[in-house]
Amino acid sequence: MTEAATIEVEVTAIDQVTPLIKHFRLAPVDGGTLPAFSGGSHIIVVMHGAARAHRNPYSVLSPPNRLDAYEIGVRRMEESRGGSHFMHDSVRVGSRLQIAHPVNLFGLDKIARKHVLIAGGIGITPFLAMLEDLYGGPVPYELHYSVRSPEHAAFLGRLRRREGGRVHLYCDSEQQAINFEALLGNQPLGTHVYVCGPGGMISRVAAVAKDCGWPDSHIHWEQFSAPPVGDAFEVFLARSRISVHVPPDQSLLESIEAAGVEVPYLCRGGVCGFCQTRVLEVDGELLHNDHFLSEAERASGKTIMPCVSRARCRSLLLDL
Amino acid sequence: MSTAFKPDETFRDSFTFRNSEAAIRRFPMPFPEDNYMYSVNIEPHTAGPPGSVTEFPIDIDEHYVAECNERALVLAAEPLRFQALPHMMSAQWDCLELIMESLARDYPQHFALARAGNRWHWINRPLGINRHFTFGEASSLDRQPLDFITRQAQGDWVVMDQREGDLWTEAGMVTTQADWSLDFDVGMTFKEWHGPVPIAHELGVFDRALKFLLNLRLGAPVRRLNWTMTVHPRLDTSPENYPFWGPDRAAVTALNAGDLVNLRVELQGLWRLPRSNAVVFSIRCYLISLRELVTVAKWGRRVHRVLKNLHPELVDYKGLARYRDAVVEWLAPYDDGVPTTPGTAPE
Repeated sequence: MTEAATIEVEVTAIDQVTPLIKHFRLAPVDGGTLPAFSGGSHIIVVMHGAARAHRNPYSVLSPPNRLDAYEIGVRRMEESRGGSHFMHDSVRVGSRLQIAHPVNLFGLDKIARKHVLIAGGIGITPFLAMLEDLYGGPVPYELHYSVRSPEHAAFLGRLRRREGGRVHLYCDSEQQAINFEALLGNQPLGTHVYVCGPGGMISRVAAVAKDCGWPDSHIHWEQFSAPPVGDAFEVFLARSRISVHVPPDQSLLESIEAAGVEVPYLCRGGVCGFCQTRVLEVDGELLHNDHFLSEAERASGKTIMPCVSRARCRSLLLDL
Repeated sequence: MSTAFKPDETFRDSFTFRNSEAAIRRFPMPFPEDNYMYSVNIEPHTAGPPGSVTEFPIDIDEHYVAECNERALVLAAEPLRFQALPHMMSAQWDCLELIMESLARDYPQHFALARAGNRWHWINRPLGINRHFTFGEASSLDRQPLDFITRQAQGDWVVMDQREGDLWTEAGMVTTQADWSLDFDVGMTFKEWHGPVPIAHELGVFDRALKFLLNLRLGAPVRRLNWTMTVHPRLDTSPENYPFWGPDRAAVTALNAGDLVNLRVELQGLWRLPRSNAVVFSIRCYLISLRELVTVAKWGRRVHRVLKNLHPELVDYKGLARYRDAVVEWLAPYDDGVPTTPGTAPE
């Protein structure tokens, strides 16, 4: 697969918008404009840490018609393997980073009759850009935004100022919760629902929507998995004829890349299916953490998504 | 390359279309070997050698003005050759930007684009167009954006919306097609649109192609070549106009095939569009008569071998059944049995 060239950007502003979320503005170092994009897109940010490079996906939250800079929001993850901590602790105004061209795996359906957007916490970020595409258009929409407590409601001021009553806020601290049955049980035909937030919220929305008779094609979600920490294991790359050690806190994909073998990828979060790799032999068990492979594909033991999945095994032989 | 346009060439009636020596040398031969079968032959659409049809993302050649004139004739008779469903407007503007940016950057002697925010100024010197408009504001052009710009571009353009894990053919300008109809196909999914293609479905070609295209990246366009044959240098071989061109095939003999029959090659380019997240598919048609083709000895040998051994279902699907044997007979004297070198370049 062809890769577009990465783009050099400079951090031109950083805001601490909630106790856990920082807001970064990334402008091209050559002063030009960045590629146009659609609401719901993410970029991969490449961070060169002391020990190794991190490549994390972040939704672009700035308006798609503003191309002098991209803005992203980064939540500090408790169980970070380094990427979000690096962004929070080591990146300053003036720091340089590399980004890939935007990719949209979470776009608005252009023939929807109505859009219902559901955000949990940092899951608000893709919707900020999507709302720009919806604002002033003919299709009705509403946003339901769930947070722990008011001080965790990132970007609420900007949302309220423009969207007014289309924004519904729910704070756990006030015992407010989205009533998914009521929300999804009473929407006009042709409505699409989009959810971005914690895994539990996504599976709940999907389950309720299904119970209410929504077709799969009208239910959209995005959740980038961070590669989980696991036991170390060895992998042998059949075509490159090299063996690679995968330490506990490094993903399979990162370890293969560190050994100098390129694997094509798009999202690095288990969503797009792009880095799917053929498993030739495994002496043990594959630990699938992606959102892409079907149950049958997982059960076959013949394929893996190295960006988020690992193995508990004595040895693993990949077609790379 | 400084292109001398041939504005008076015709693709109907008098059929005065011809390729110059230079146009023959740069013809995109689709056969890297002496035989042919479908494959997912997709490669990055990166810059080819200077002077080649892939030197720039969108190729302008000596037939540019004549092809735009031919397109105008087709549209005057059949306006539905251009179609765009209402939700494709942002994709239409994306296409306009792609084509204007490419042409102005790569052919500054012919085209110019000045952008001041949304105020754009477009100059097309070969066609004598000088237009100020507001990007994103449909009322500032006298035609829809895709209609406006593809009347000034060679080749057909199909725009596919991406949703439900599929690509939907929902806008396009199609006047130089090999026997398919946008009016019939508009609104179809990727596999519905390609339904009539034989064998390739069984080979899984469309499963893989769709999966690939759904992940097509912004800034990383791809291309492939496809081919068929056409009697006379006729661009518009549409189902709508079958009565005009279908009967031509009965006129081919082993004596006249060299002048009557053209190899028709499509350079197909695919781009992810930025604001709409749609995919645009350009199908640029290049024609070369067999008599022009055999001036390159390697191509004469190779095309003779490919056609002689072509799978019967492909012979049927490509509409060659009636005259394939005559073409093979005409080409036979140009094939001395010498092995050909790999690749498509002239030797």
